[in-house]
Amino acid sequence: MNHFPQAWGRPRDDIYGHYNSSYLQTANPTQHTQSPVVTGTSVVAIKYKDGVVIAADNLASYGSLARFTDVKRLRKFNSSTVLGFGGDVSDMQYLDRLLNDLDVKENYSHADDEASQLSANNLHTYLSKVMYKRRTDFNPLWNHILVAGISSESEPFLASVDLLGTTFSSPSLATGYGAHLAQPIMRKLVPDEEAVKGISKEQAVDVVKECMKVLFYRDARSMDGYSIAVISKEGIEIKENEKLENQSWQFAERIRGYGTQVN
Amino acid sequence: MTSIGTGYDLSNSVFSPDGRNFQVEYAVKAVENGGTAVGIRCKDGVVIALEKLVTSKLMKPNANKRIATVDRHIGVVSSGLVPDGRHFVVRARAEAAEWRKIYKAPIPVHSLADRVGQYVQAHTLYSSVRPFGITAIVGGWDSETEVPVDGQVGSGPSTGAGGKKEGGKHGGPFLYMIEPSGLFWGYYGAATGKGRQTAKSELEKLDLAAGTLTLEQGVKEAARIIYVAHEDSKDKEFELEMTWISSLSGPTKGRHEEVPKEIREEAERLAKKSLDDDDDDEEEEKKDDKMEE
Repeated sequence: MNHFPQAWGRPRDDIYGHYNSSYLQTANPTQHTQSPVVTGTSVVAIKYKDGVVIAADNLASYGSLARFTDVKRLRKFNSSTVLGFGGDVSDMQYLDRLLNDLDVKENYSHADDEASQLSANNLHTYLSKVMYKRRTDFNPLWNHILVAGISSESEPFLASVDLLGTTFSSPSLATGYGAHLAQPIMRKLVPDEEAVKGISKEQAVDVVKECMKVLFYRDARSMDGYSIAVISKEGIEIKENEKLENQSWQFAERIRGYGTQVN
Repeated sequence: MTSIGTGYDLSNSVFSPDGRNFQVEYAVKAVENGGTAVGIRCKDGVVIALEKLVTSKLMKPNANKRIATVDRHIGVVSSGLVPDGRHFVVRARAEAAEWRKIYKAPIPVHSLADRVGQYVQAHTLYSSVRPFGITAIVGGWDSETEVPVDGQVGSGPSTGAGGKKEGGKHGGPFLYMIEPSGLFWGYYGAATGKGRQTAKSELEKLDLAAGTLTLEQGVKEAARIIYVAHEDSKDKEFELEMTWISSLSGPTKGRHEEVPKEIREEAERLAKKSLDDDDDDEEEEKKDDKMEE
């Protein structure tokens, strides 16, 4: 008889035989995600001289249906990092739990001081490896993630990783539709790393708000309620129930096919 | 009835004719020689303190921590065989992680104590294993406010009760002590290890059941009790290791953390001072006795 702890409380193999797990298998081959189901749209982020500003709207769409309108796609990780998730919401939840476990484990080593905490660049590296591993398994996590925070060198940090495990870093970043519509607006303000040093927090917040507005005008999967976070050495300031201000739909009048005027 | 030579102490799964399990009793003996560990359940948090005996001058001071964190909100300290304590912590962390996987929320302190208690008890049932040579003190704080489910994205329906009862009491400080037999009880104040008798009598003086002791006072008392309990083995050097878990509005925000250096050193200073005062009192008493003569 096997006396080892792992056998405690289990039927004895020498009497009942090995556990027959064959019935657990299905006849069908394994299937992986072919397309995301409940999705979030763009995330936009820009660096400024002391930190990073990041925003995403609070909508989760089910195809073209605006299904959930209070979904928080900016996730705070520790006191120095915020992640912005575009793409599949359930995969975002999986990653959120994965990182939560990681944070619990980091906590085991009595690392109370800030210096030994995982920094934004550590987290980005970790995520890129998770994403690349999953795409290599032909089972990608269907997200495009922006990592915004403070690096190990106490500098503002902004980088992205997508469902293929591709990583990219730039003074301003946007996912999804934002990559086409918001990125040019932000690039005008910060064309390169040098320009970041001249940007104040207010300027960065303003341009991000402007981007969110443009995205709401032109992206049919977006919403006017959004979350915005400012990450600096002083900590994280996160507002999760913002509304777009000063909208003007006058430009729409000139668009052919808009409203009742069909051609 | 003595256990020596009767053969009833050779295996775990064997009772002696008068209903004792000697292997478990020997495990208790292993605990009685360990450094003193103390836990105090205060009204707004829990303090855990340990008299860590310095086994070698070649070891780095304040390194090799013995009080461990389980999940974010629970602390574990054990007295007895150190490797057994480590294994206990590994199991406790695995249970806490498993709980999170299933319920998507932190494990309540009682549930953790229950599960590790079951595990320790299982080690008294089989001849293939020996019981744990430790007594562990488990302290933690269950959130008094609603905690978001892990990975929660929305706020849910804004109308209806949502299965919640108004005015119910939730969360608070919890303290448990688990013995080698797997037995565990909840305590106001718990002590184990070499100086447990002294420590227990000191804890009883605090009237913890009244629920008036604050966490700040608790830290000072815990430090003092460790110093008092150390008096009997004064020749050995020791380090005071101390952690705490406060309410969400307190200094650790419901997390298990080390007591900050300044607060610990202040508590140690007061502890040493109170010991010196006691010595003075004793000397004075002796003088008085002589005068009477």
